Amino acid sequence: MVEMASVDNAAMELVERFLLGGLIVSVFAVLGDVLRPKGFAGLFGAAPSVALATLSLTLLADGKQYAALEARSMIGGAIAFLAYALACVFLMARRHVRVTPTTISMLSVWGLCSFGLWWTFLR
Amino acid sequence: MKIRINLAALKQIRGHEYLTRFLLGGIITVVTGLIAKHFGPVIGGLFLAFPAIFPAGATLIEKHERDKKRRAGIPQTTRGRLAAALDGRGAAMGTIALAAFGLLVWKLLPRYNAAVILTAALAVWLALATLLWRVRKLHVYGSRLDS
Repeated sequence: MVEMASVDNAAMELVERFLLGGLIVSVFAVLGDVLRPKGFAGLFGAAPSVALATLSLTLLADGKQYAALEARSMIGGAIAFLAYALACVFLMARRHVRVTPTTISMLSVWGLCSFGLWWTFLR
Repeated sequence: MKIRINLAALKQIRGHEYLTRFLLGGIITVVTGLIAKHFGPVIGGLFLAFPAIFPAGATLIEKHERDKKRRAGIPQTTRGRLAAALDGRGAAMGTIALAAFGLLVWKLLPRYNAAVILTAALAVWLALATLLWRVRKLHVYGSRLDS
């Protein structure tokens, strides 16, 4: 009985994460759609949408210290995002590579940078 | 250059495009939570700055620009890629502000009210990102005047 309740709780938590994450990401995406000029709207591509959704729920479930640790690692993730965005800009603007293959394949740059930073500084 | 709101842009976006972004946002938030549960908050935290929405947004921008040119009778154009690259440049500036968001939450969250800190960190993200964008604009304008 207790086991079933904990499975229900875990499933409920996943649903909450999904809905809150989808909602916050959508709000920032719409802001990026309506704001002009386009260069300014681009800032919203790096909005802390996933962070806000995740940290809010983490705070409730695991407390402040756990959420603060996640935020510390987020700095590494943001540096990796910078490398990713610059790589995408270079390929799309200078090499005229198509957008979808560029933005998907360059996620490997994000992965390499973020895990490199984790390995070097956060481990 | 003034920042303005163009609500007409919402009409260009189709229902399935809104749905895709909602699904992507939901999925990455769930995955981030699961990674943190299995590997701990240090690895999970990296994914708080995962470029979740950027690929979909940039693809959408390219598609809309390409469609616009096609309607104008220009079948081949690199304008979509350039528009997406401009969006990427904005995102690159946003990441610096994103790191500041993380720094603020990391340092202040354990000591102060969580809602206040998250709101303040969001305000700092927006202010810093806007400032960086403005400085970049001034720099570009200045270098054009010099040349």
